[in-house]
Amino acid sequence: MTSLVVKNELNASCRHLMNVIMADDKDVLRDVWFGRIPACFTLSPEETTEREAEPYYLLLPRVSYLTLVTDKVKKHFLRVMKAEDSTEMWFEYEGTPLKWHYPIGVLFDLHASNTALPWNVTVHFKNFPEHDLLHCTSNSVIEAHFMSCIKEADALKHKGQVINDMQKKDHKQLWMGLQNDKFDQFWAMNRKLMEYPTDEGGFRYIPFRMYQTMGERPFIQKLFRPVSPEGHTLTLGDLLKELFPAAICAEDEPKRFQVMIHGIEPLLETPIQWLSEHLSHPDNFLHISIIPAPSD
Amino acid sequence: MPSSLLWAVDVYGRVYSLSTAGQQWEHCRDAHLEFKRVTAVQQCCWSIACDHNIYLYVHASEVPIRYQEETYENQRWNPVDGFSDRLLPSDRWQWSDITGLKHQPLGDFQLPSENWEWEADWYIDENFGGEPTEKGGWTYAIDFPATYTKDKKWNSCVRRRRWIRYRRYKAQDTWVKIPSEQTESLPDPFNDITCGGWEITEEPRGCLALWAVSLQGKVWFRCDINHHNPEGSVWEEVPVPGEVVQISCGPGDLVWAVLWEGHLLVREGVGRDCLKGSSWVTVESPSPGVGVVHVAVGVNVVWAVTKDHKVWFRRGVNSHNPCGSGWIGMVGEMVMINVGLSDQVWAIGFEDRAVYFRQGVTASELSGKAWKVVSVPRDSERSHSSASASSLQSAGCFFGGEVRLQSQASMLSDADAETERAGGEVVPTPEIGDAPKPRIPKVTSDSFISELVSDREGQISRCDVPPAGPSIPEEDHPEKDQSGGVDPQWSNVDLEEAQTHLTSGPGGDAAETSSLSSVATYNLALEEPYGLDEPPKWAWVSGGGCLVECHTQLNWFNSSTSTALNSSMQAMSLSITPAQTAAWRKQIFEQLSERSKREMENFMHYEQAIEQSVWVKKGTMQWWRDWKPHKWVDVQFALEQFSGVEGNKDGILFIYYTFNDEKKYLHMFINEVTILVPVLNDSKHTFAIYTAERTKQRWPMRLAAATELEMHDWLALLSVSCCDSRGIQGPPSKQAIWSVTCKGDIFVSEPTKELEASPYPTPCAQISLGVVWGIGYDHTAWVHTGGYGGGFFQGLASSTDNIYTQTDVKSVYIYENQRWNPVTGYTNRGLPTDRYMWSNASGLKECTKNNTKPPSPNWTWVSDWTIDYAVPGGTDREGWQYAADFPASYHGNKTLKDFVRRRRWARKCKLTTTGPWQEVPPIPLSDITILPCGPKSTVEQVSLWAISNKGDILCRLGVTSLTPGSSSNYGSSWLHVGTDQPFKSISIGAVHQVWAIAKDGSAFYRGSVSAQNPAGDCWYHIPSPTGQKLKQVSVGRTSVYTVDENGNLWYRHGVTPSYPQGSSWEHISNNVRKVSVGPLDQVWVIADKVQGSHSLSCGTVCRRLGVLPMEPKGHSWDYGIGGGWDHITVRGNAMEAPRIVMPSLTDNQTATRPLQTSNQPEMNGNPVGC
Repeated sequence: MTSLVVKNELNASCRHLMNVIMADDKDVLRDVWFGRIPACFTLSPEETTEREAEPYYLLLPRVSYLTLVTDKVKKHFLRVMKAEDSTEMWFEYEGTPLKWHYPIGVLFDLHASNTALPWNVTVHFKNFPEHDLLHCTSNSVIEAHFMSCIKEADALKHKGQVINDMQKKDHKQLWMGLQNDKFDQFWAMNRKLMEYPTDEGGFRYIPFRMYQTMGERPFIQKLFRPVSPEGHTLTLGDLLKELFPAAICAEDEPKRFQVMIHGIEPLLETPIQWLSEHLSHPDNFLHISIIPAPSD
Repeated sequence: MPSSLLWAVDVYGRVYSLSTAGQQWEHCRDAHLEFKRVTAVQQCCWSIACDHNIYLYVHASEVPIRYQEETYENQRWNPVDGFSDRLLPSDRWQWSDITGLKHQPLGDFQLPSENWEWEADWYIDENFGGEPTEKGGWTYAIDFPATYTKDKKWNSCVRRRRWIRYRRYKAQDTWVKIPSEQTESLPDPFNDITCGGWEITEEPRGCLALWAVSLQGKVWFRCDINHHNPEGSVWEEVPVPGEVVQISCGPGDLVWAVLWEGHLLVREGVGRDCLKGSSWVTVESPSPGVGVVHVAVGVNVVWAVTKDHKVWFRRGVNSHNPCGSGWIGMVGEMVMINVGLSDQVWAIGFEDRAVYFRQGVTASELSGKAWKVVSVPRDSERSHSSASASSLQSAGCFFGGEVRLQSQASMLSDADAETERAGGEVVPTPEIGDAPKPRIPKVTSDSFISELVSDREGQISRCDVPPAGPSIPEEDHPEKDQSGGVDPQWSNVDLEEAQTHLTSGPGGDAAETSSLSSVATYNLALEEPYGLDEPPKWAWVSGGGCLVECHTQLNWFNSSTSTALNSSMQAMSLSITPAQTAAWRKQIFEQLSERSKREMENFMHYEQAIEQSVWVKKGTMQWWRDWKPHKWVDVQFALEQFSGVEGNKDGILFIYYTFNDEKKYLHMFINEVTILVPVLNDSKHTFAIYTAERTKQRWPMRLAAATELEMHDWLALLSVSCCDSRGIQGPPSKQAIWSVTCKGDIFVSEPTKELEASPYPTPCAQISLGVVWGIGYDHTAWVHTGGYGGGFFQGLASSTDNIYTQTDVKSVYIYENQRWNPVTGYTNRGLPTDRYMWSNASGLKECTKNNTKPPSPNWTWVSDWTIDYAVPGGTDREGWQYAADFPASYHGNKTLKDFVRRRRWARKCKLTTTGPWQEVPPIPLSDITILPCGPKSTVEQVSLWAISNKGDILCRLGVTSLTPGSSSNYGSSWLHVGTDQPFKSISIGAVHQVWAIAKDGSAFYRGSVSAQNPAGDCWYHIPSPTGQKLKQVSVGRTSVYTVDENGNLWYRHGVTPSYPQGSSWEHISNNVRKVSVGPLDQVWVIADKVQGSHSLSCGTVCRRLGVLPMEPKGHSWDYGIGGGWDHITVRGNAMEAPRIVMPSLTDNQTATRPLQTSNQPEMNGNPVGC
């Protein structure tokens, strides 16, 4: 009863064991939060350097933002560069500029899943692609973006009532939790955003974004309730059926698309409400990446 | 939440019940008869059968209904015969009642009805006011009537003794006929019946009001129904100003009746002194020209149905205004309606005769949100093909949600297109179901309903013949639907009120109903032959015994939708079955760990993007300054957490304050903190932090947060970080010491180190060998499940297994005080020196109805303020108690010497939380004990005894400790142990020594209790210490300790294996509130007025020192710190050489008057053993 323990940092294999034994939903939150992508940053050959730049290896938190966690990368490459070239840093993967305002895990799933690890990211300082990327001059820009996402999500979930009831310091706690990778600090506040009246069976609308590499729009977002008017629990499958029917294949057809959330493919019958509570990013959105299935 | 039953009668007169935990209607097989009406309450169900007799069905309980008959044998002494039954002519009868006025020889006692049986023969009661008497049970006096003593004196001229015999109600779980006493020549059978009134008064226990209406329209009231007399005694006619057709009585004081003309009668003057009420007032029917045919009342609601089947809600109804203020038209067409517990509403639909539940009825929204069909099969239908079962369920599933009163087709149309197609294939409509089976319901019940639903102009036919649905050409249906949809659903008497409800109306849905698809659906449905599988048609429903609350999840509505749907549909659009749940969840767990392995395992040597830094949480608080003058000062409070050297987390608390314009701080290491405790304080939200050193100094760090919420956040955070730093996780160990604060929080102290707070309030807990039971304020028993967390720790780090919803209810009391003056009599104008006119019990604190709050924000009010008549000392009819002055002893009747009076008001509040506790229904308990065992012993069967809140002794069967914290701790059933009087405390020690304290203060020892004979065989009366009434008992390995009502602690001498009753009592200490003796005879008490502390704290935990196997009494006390403890149990602690953390706390007393460091040497002994 009492001892409430924040489990100490368990190594991955141990946590794996626990998942099998305990199957505790709370552990999903931890797994999601502590997801890491190994990345290898290499300086673009276009950049002029004083000497050869070594690649830089880093474990990136899936739930964070590229520009928030790459101070070390910047420092590393600036050492070999001329001072006057130290403009804004941006990243590219196989020709695609990486949007910093998407969570790192989404960028990876969308562009680089099913490729060999580590993830090879190219670092640029010149030729900022104004059409593709937003400028990110400081962490306060990321914070503003992050908070606006949370507010938008809460507007969908609770008409914004929960986030508006919070104090400024609570907002700060959410942001600091993400920035400093403090799971407990973040979730102590975020759990309030995940509450809903039991008799309603879920949030008002599910905050989600559906990404596709080839789409004309950057992502799809629509009002979608977790429970049907008849009281049925709606599932990931229901969501896809409405927004992206091509992602659902009949049994005899070969699979055309992968539906990825946090690098995994949940079963289509997973309730969307559960996904929203457990597999949302810290910005409270469920980011779903739809990518072409590998053709083996 | 224990399951409870919804009762219903189908149109063929068969009675069914549906458990809130069940999924099908159970046919009440015992009923050979067909029934017309049922009216249920929690303990029983009354009904009218078609033979027009009234029947009663009393639910079996593990505590039997027993009644003690008593009579007195009186004798007078004369010089010739000595004492003999030859009395003086002026004397009382030889056999009489206690007053002597009534002649009652043994032979005159008859069983009240054939449903009773005698438990045994008459026997003499040898217990006199808690003391055993000499053989024969005689008590002596100078003369009748006088004071009796148990000793014969020289002047004892008369004597008497008491004979007792128990009778037991045997007709349980069966229908028994209540004999009718027809006094008139013409038979006037009963026509309607309603039961309620159980909330009006608690005395006598189980008191019920039963009203009945005869065919001639007369109203009858059944007298004297209570727990000891479930059948009541006689019918009394209640005059009515017209012919009544139907009547409804709520749990409280509401009684409404329907007149033949369609108007309503409301009973006034119903109260605790007069369950029958005094007069009727008339209330008009809601719609002019259309009379009411049915009415149903709850605590604060009245619902009615008019002849056109419209449903009406009466607003503004309460105890003070039983007539209410206006009608509001509701959606739905019903034939009857019933209000159950918590004002939940049940009804029977007009078109489909299905049972409907009003969803969303809460205290703040009594009219609810929507009608939902209860769609579960009847038990007999389970034997049909699976197809039939599923069709039934599917019908329900598509009926679910807002009920629209058009035909079936339109209901389907707002399901999405896909569902419609599938649904249409399997959903039978009631009309269709009727068609191939033109069985006209028997006269018994349906004629009865037709009376109800029709007016007298012959609409009866409409009900008796099957509805005309099938014969209408199909094309007509959409039109009909449309007209139905366009019809204004909200007939509106009260514009303002109706507006607010309009939002929940079917406005938007009505538009959808005219879609074309409904035609197609209907056709599809028609093609399906579903003759056999018509949904059950109901005639009557009663929810008076059915407990549904807003947080209860009923599984009656769309129970197994997945089986109902066509299997060719894509699997994902189905609702999820438990098996599938496991599949998708398991899949996510597996994939996540696979992902972690894939993406991280080979790259752990990479640098982390974010360095783990110190996490600081800051806040402002107030701090009770450590030095004089003590006062609250504003401080900055910060908790810094960091990872320690070996990866464990640790933290430091900082308090930054300003002193003489100089900024200073003090700090405290989290790993030194022993106890965190919220402190009861009215003005501030305070908590105290103890370390070993501060416990010795009796000077905790005391902090006050700005809001209670903030305080709870901090406490949760601090306790998590304390646990982190000590590496404690998971459930508490078997050796833990459990204790409860006066705020009801449970603390568990591990003998090794740590103490943590559980949020769940339980005033009593007993443990042994990992089995933990507790009792809530509302006497509900709970068993600890072995989980941890829950409550305000939610979401931080608690296990999700074994956490259950818990509720508790308790009353908050305030006092209304008045003083008499010669001019105006008693008024609320007191003397300047008097207490507040509205105060707490002590009178020191002002407590008005408005400013009194529930104990904490987690509790919410669930009732209004009511006068409490159950006050010790008794009250007058208005609840007043009189005294000469404040504060004095109060008595229930006014005398000449009385100048002040007071009365107690009570208001119930309720807590809903979560925690690792599971409820043990259904018997409310007041005390509980578990056989303590050593940690190494393996006991298959754990002895567990309890006392119900009525004083019955119970023995729990089937409790095992094989897997601590599992369902085996829960046991199987209660075994009632017969006693002659109610009990209040019980304890079981080693080798099955069971000791108990009766309500009159006498002690009893239970003989021959063993593992084979867990209930023992007889009671031995143990005389209590002279002149003292015992209160509580605790038994260890060999020690037996009791506490009496004056706070003395007594040790039982001479307890040996061969003579376990012992020989005498020895006084050990005074000012003791509770005692707990451990399995190694450790003695821990909660003491008041602990010496040495400046303020004489109350509720201090103390431990007896020097307890050795040869010296079980010990020699002195080791005092713990603080006060505010309410209950302690050390019965799970079988560690040799206990060197234990002393659980210690402060309460409101110490909050205002801090404890001083003591000079007593033993107090610095070793209270904290970290």
